[in-house]
Amino acid sequence: MTVNGTERVVDDVWAGESLLYVLRERAGLPGSKNACEQGECGSCTVYLDGAPVCACLVAAGQAAGRQVRTVEGLCDGDALDVVQQAFLAAGAVQCGFCTPGLIVAAHDLLARNPAPDDATIREALSGNLCRCTGYEKILDAVRLAAARRAGREVAR
Amino acid sequence: MDFLRPRGLAEALAIRARRPDAVPIRGGTDLMVELNFDRGRPGALLDLGRLDELDGWDRDGDTIRVGAGLPYQRIVAELATALPALAMASRTVGSPQIRNRGTVGGNLGSASPAGDAHPPLLVSDASIEVASVRGARRIPATEFYQGVKRSALAADELIVAVHLPAAAGPQQFAKVGTRNAMVIAVCSLALALDPATERVRVALGSAAPTPRRCAEAERFLTAELADRRWWTVGTPVSEPVLRRFGALVAAAAAPIDDVRGTADYRRRALAVLARRTATWSLREYRQGGRTCA
Ligand SMILES: Cc1cc2nc3c(=O)[nH]c(=O)nc-3n(C[C@H](O)[C@H](O)[C@H](O)COP(=O)(O)OP(=O)(O)OC[C@H]3O[C@@H](n4cnc5c(N)ncnc54)[C@H](O)[C@@H]3O)c2cc1C
Ligand code: FES
Ligand code: FES
Repeated sequence: MTVNGTERVVDDVWAGESLLYVLRERAGLPGSKNACEQGECGSCTVYLDGAPVCACLVAAGQAAGRQVRTVEGLCDGDALDVVQQAFLAAGAVQCGFCTPGLIVAAHDLLARNPAPDDATIREALSGNLCRCTGYEKILDAVRLAAARRAGREVAR
Repeated sequence: MDFLRPRGLAEALAIRARRPDAVPIRGGTDLMVELNFDRGRPGALLDLGRLDELDGWDRDGDTIRVGAGLPYQRIVAELATALPALAMASRTVGSPQIRNRGTVGGNLGSASPAGDAHPPLLVSDASIEVASVRGARRIPATEFYQGVKRSALAADELIVAVHLPAAAGPQQFAKVGTRNAMVIAVCSLALALDPATERVRVALGSAAPTPRRCAEAERFLTAELADRRWWTVGTPVSEPVLRRFGALVAAAAAPIDDVRGTADYRRRALAVLARRTATWSLREYRQGGRTCA
């Protein structure tokens, strides 16, 4: 499979293990988090062929020959993506466990809809749980990222 | 455990016949939960992810063929007008991540009484196209569900597609859950008005061992509409009639008490959903009629 633009070959994969396990334990990419393993929390969200999915629910073998993009693959070298920067700037990160999944989900939303209203943001992030922030700052971060993407700096 | 990766339907069916221990997987949104929690360890996984035959959808006259592997997200985006009830139900499944992977084929494969695709398939008189090395056949949705997580699918068969007529009249789907996102239905209901036959069809989910049509309620409202020549003249349907319809839908349920709700609550909620979706659909038909006239 191709992970973040690089062709990866992983060996000794057990047929029943998940893409999430392969990314974290075999490919050395711990960005996607493992919490519920049942699709409920979204902390393992990655792009699979361009669509955000729960990596814990994809069988490793199903990703063979496909394009996977994780939170690590959103930045350009050391430069963080605008969504990542906005999460930091808006204080949307507390313990940070939910953050990688939320960033991938928010990144996808803004790619599809550069100026989402609040209901659309909530809907797009409805598969991602956060135990810390109460979501308000996360909404702020997405609004901020949208504004910055649109080239309008929002002075706060 | 083996991971089997057929490249076409014929190859997949051959493996299915040869390897009864191989479990099919498409979206994985049901099956991977089972594997992650070690609730069963199949001899092999049969990956349906590369079967083009299960992809996409197409239209032949008035009939739409939805590939068993079409993710909910595409049903929502592409079939909302042609298949309103199925698209509404698809929109309520899980989260965006789940809708990007989960499929109607998987919903049918699991045959959970709570699966959201089932009531819309039932009210659309859908048929389910299945295939095996023995050949292909169509199973009417009304005969597909046979018990809790049991279906008419034979051990060597795969679900290939569902066939259903494009909606000719208003359709609704409604679901009761504890919050908006990510809920398994406490109960659910789909309703369709069919102007061609002047019939009402209604089906419930998550309130009996299988999803099921509510024959008595259908007959009642269909007859009431005929009596008052509602389809042509549009004489309004009174509140007591709608309440009676709701009561008949509730009577068709055989719910249980579980962590998501009591049997009593389910019956009451179904009566409300039935009344509400009927009201919306009747109104939509009349308003649609007026704009056309
Ligand atoms: C967080 C979360 C939320 C969910 N919310 C909902 C919800 O709101 N409503 C709802 O209805 N469901 C929900 N589900 C359940 C699940 O997403 C659906 O049942 C979905 O339709 C399953 O499709 P799949 O392709 O992912 O199935 P898979 O997991 O790939 O397969 C499910 C079963 O069907 C079999 N199967 C799959 N495809 C075929 C085929 N073509 N032929 C024969 N057998 C096949 C498999 O062997 C397996 O037994 C949820 C799941 C999760 C994890
Ligand atoms: S770990 Fe995948 S959704 Fe929670
Ligand atoms: S910041 Fe801790 S879970 Fe979201």
